[in-house]
Amino acid sequence: MSSTQPPAAGVGPPLQTSPAVGPPTSADASLREKTSPGVGPPLWLLLELTYRCPLHCVFCYNPTEFARTGAELGTNDWLRVLREARALGAVQLGLSGGEPLVRDDLETIVAEAHTLGFYSNLITSGIGMTEARIGALKRAGLDHIQLSFQDSTREMNDFLSSTRTFELKSKVAALIRAHDYPMVLNVVLHRLNIDHVGEILEMAETMGAQYVELANTQYYGWAWLNRAQLLPSRAQLERAESLTQRFRERVAGKMQIYFVVPDYFETRPKPCMSGLGSVFLAVAPDGTAMPCHAARMLPGLELPNVRSADVRSIWYDSSAFNRFRGDAWMKEPCRSCPEKHKDFGGCRCQAYLLTGDMDNADPVCDLSPHHHLVTEAVARAAAGGAAGPLREQPLVFRDHRTSIPVVPGAAGRR
Amino acid sequence: MSEVAVSARPVIAKGLRLQWEAAQEAHVLLYPEGMVKLNSSAGAILSRCDGVRTVADIIADLERSYGMTGLAQDVQAFVVLALEKRWLELVA
Repeated sequence: MSSTQPPAAGVGPPLQTSPAVGPPTSADASLREKTSPGVGPPLWLLLELTYRCPLHCVFCYNPTEFARTGAELGTNDWLRVLREARALGAVQLGLSGGEPLVRDDLETIVAEAHTLGFYSNLITSGIGMTEARIGALKRAGLDHIQLSFQDSTREMNDFLSSTRTFELKSKVAALIRAHDYPMVLNVVLHRLNIDHVGEILEMAETMGAQYVELANTQYYGWAWLNRAQLLPSRAQLERAESLTQRFRERVAGKMQIYFVVPDYFETRPKPCMSGLGSVFLAVAPDGTAMPCHAARMLPGLELPNVRSADVRSIWYDSSAFNRFRGDAWMKEPCRSCPEKHKDFGGCRCQAYLLTGDMDNADPVCDLSPHHHLVTEAVARAAAGGAAGPLREQPLVFRDHRTSIPVVPGAAGRR
Repeated sequence: MSEVAVSARPVIAKGLRLQWEAAQEAHVLLYPEGMVKLNSSAGAILSRCDGVRTVADIIADLERSYGMTGLAQDVQAFVVLALEKRWLELVA
C-alpha cells in the first residue's frame, strides 16, 4: 500500500492462520481456535488523515473531487476513532492520506495508537520528514514506515509528481534506516516508468531497501482519468516481470521484491478488501467511513460519518457496510459462480467505473459479459506503441484546480 | 534450515510484535501491513520465545504447562518453520 494507491492488489491486509503444530493444541481443548459466526471485527483500520499533499501524482487513487470534501477531523476526533475501533478488535493501523506528515498532530495520533495496542504503519511520500519528526514518531511508538517513490530517475520522478523530490526521498530513506526501521519502498508502476524497473531496483538496492513493492497502478481516482496514458502494454509488463525475476535471484536473502501485476491483465478479479465490510475500515479526512478507499464514488451508498456515529454502529449497523456482505447482492455470473467466496465478485468500484453498475461482476473476470471493456483497453495500450511522453491527451495532475467528480466510463471513451 | 539446536535462544524478529487479541481469541503476530492469527500451539510456543529461554527451556516449560511429554520434535519443527518465515530470529 502507498499513500497514492490502494493496498497491493487491493486485497487489504494479508491475514493468515498459522499452520497447526500438533500436541499442545490437542492436549487442551479449551485452547482450540474458535470460529466466530457472522461479521468479524474491522481488523484493519486506515485513517486517511488529510487529502493535502505536496505532490500531484497522476496515478493518485484519492477521489478526483477531493477538493470539495469537508473539513478535516480534529485531533480529538481521530483519537476517539482509534479508541472505538480498537475496542472492536481493530489492530493493524494505516496512517495515510494525502501526505500524513502535513498534520502536525501525527505524533499525538501515533502515541495514542501505540498505547491502545495498534501496530501502526505510516504510509508517506517522505515529504515533511525530518530528523526531529522521525525521532518523535519513533518515541511515540510508530512501528513501521513505508516510503513511496515514483521512479528512479530524478527527471521522471519530478515529472510524475510535479515537484523536485528525488533527493529528499533519498535522504528520508537514510533517516528511516538510521532509526532502525526496515526500509520498505513502494513504487507505483505504469506505462511511463515501467521500462525503468531495472534502474528502480538498482536505486532501491543503493538506498538499502529491504522490501520493494513494485505495484502496478490500479485505476481509480486520478489514475482512472489518466488510464489511457498509464496502462502499460503486455510486452512492457512481461519485460519488467522477467527483469524483476533476474534481479530477485541476484539479491536473494538481502532484498525481498514483490511485483504486483495489474489486474487488467488477469482473467479473474482480485478479492478486493477480502469482500467489502469483511476486515477493512477506512476513514477519510472529513470523517466519512468507507468499506474501501474508493467507495465514495459508489452511487447510492450512504456512507456514515464518524462525526455523527460511533465506529461500532458504523461497522455493524450501517447500510453502507452491510451492502456487500454475503452474496445476496450479487448478479450473474457471480451469484452461481463456484469461485464467489474466493474473489467476492472482485472490485465494486471497478465494476461501477467500467460498467456503470456496482453490482456487476468485476469486468476483469473473463466470465463477465463486460470483460471486453478490459481487453479493449489492454489492446489500445498495446497499439499505442512504445512508451513515450505525452501524446494527444494531456495527463491530469492531481490538483485542487483540476479536482472534479469522476464519471463512469469516461476513461474508456476518451 | 532443517534443525535448530536446543541451546538456541529464539526471539520474535525485529519489527514484529506478538500480542493476545481478545477479539480474535488468539495470539497474533503483527508485522508491517499484515498479521498472522496463530493457533493456540503456535501462540503457546511463540509467547515463550523471549530471547532468554533456550529451545530446551521452552520445550520443558510447555511439557510442564500442558502435562505432556515428547513435545521436543513438534516444538523444534515449529521453531524451524518460524525461523524460515522470519517470525523468529536467534539471539547471538
